[in-house]
Amino acid sequence: MGIINNINKVFDHRIRLGIMSVLMVNEYADFKTLKELLEVTDGNLASHTKALEKAEYIVIEKQFIGKKPNTRYIATKSGRKAFKQHIEALENIIRKA
Amino acid sequence: MDSDKYLKDIGEIKSLMNRSSRFISLSGLSGIMAGIYALTGAGFAYWLVANSGQKYLILDGYVFRWVMIDLGLIAGLSIITAIFLSTRKARTNGEKIWDSTSKRLIINFLIPLLAGGIYILIILNQQKYGQTAALMLIFYGLALINASKFSIGDIRYLGLIEVALGLICAAFPGYGFWLWVIGFGVMHVIYGALMYYKYDKKQ
Repeated sequence: MGIINNINKVFDHRIRLGIMSVLMVNEYADFKTLKELLEVTDGNLASHTKALEKAEYIVIEKQFIGKKPNTRYIATKSGRKAFKQHIEALENIIRKA
Repeated sequence: MDSDKYLKDIGEIKSLMNRSSRFISLSGLSGIMAGIYALTGAGFAYWLVANSGQKYLILDGYVFRWVMIDLGLIAGLSIITAIFLSTRKARTNGEKIWDSTSKRLIINFLIPLLAGGIYILIILNQQKYGQTAALMLIFYGLALINASKFSIGDIRYLGLIEVALGLICAAFPGYGFWLWVIGFGVMHVIYGALMYYKYDKKQ
C-alpha cells in the first residue's frame, strides 16, 4: 500500500482542512466563528461544510438562540478518525521527501 | 514535489487549532501590574491595621471598611489593566479581543472564582474569619487551573502554586496575610515577568 493511499480526497482542500482542524479541538464551532477564522465567504463555507456533512465527517445542528438562527458544526467520530489518518499521511509524505 | 504544499497545510492546521481553542493574547505585563497593585494594597492594609491600635480586624469597624475598599480597588485595577493591555496585545496580533476563545476563558475562570467568592461571603457571615486568606488563594488557584485549558498552558502552574500556598495558609492561619502577599503579589510579579520575556518581548 503506497503512502499516497491514505491522503483523503475529501480533506484535500485548504478550507475543508481548516474546518476539520477547528472542529478537532473544539466541541463545536458556529458559522460565524468558522467564517472569521478561515476568512472565507458565506457561500464558500456553506458548500465546503455541506461536502463534509455528505461524507458524514461532521454533523450540522441548526437551532435558535433567541430569535436568531444559529448553525453549529460538530465533528463525528468517523470524521475525527479520517482526519487523523489524513494528517498521518501528510506527515509521512513530508518525512519521505 | 507536493511536500511543500503539505508542509504548509500542517502549519495551517496547527495555527487554526491554537487560534480557535485558546486565547493567547493575555498580557504578561498585566500580571506584573496586578502583583504590584496587590503589594501596594497589602502595604496599605498593613499600615492601617498597625495604626488602628487593634490587634485584629473586627467587622463593621472603619478599618475593616477601608480594607474592603482596598481589596476592591486591587481587584478592579487589576481587571481594568488586564483588559486594557490584553486588548492592545490582541490588536497587534491581529486577533479579536471578544471572540469565542476569550469568552470561554472568562466563563471558565469565573465559575470557580464566583463559587469561592460566594462561599467566602457565606462563612464570613457566620463569623468564621480565620480561613479567608486560605480560601481566596485556593479558589483563585482553581480558577486559574480551570482557565488554563483555554489559554497559554503556563497559567496552570501559577494556579497550582496558588492552591499550594492556600493549603499552607489553611494549616497556618496566623500567616494568612504574608501568604496572601506572596500569592497575589510576589507570584503575580514573577509569573508576569516570565510570561513577558517568554511571549511578549520577542515580538
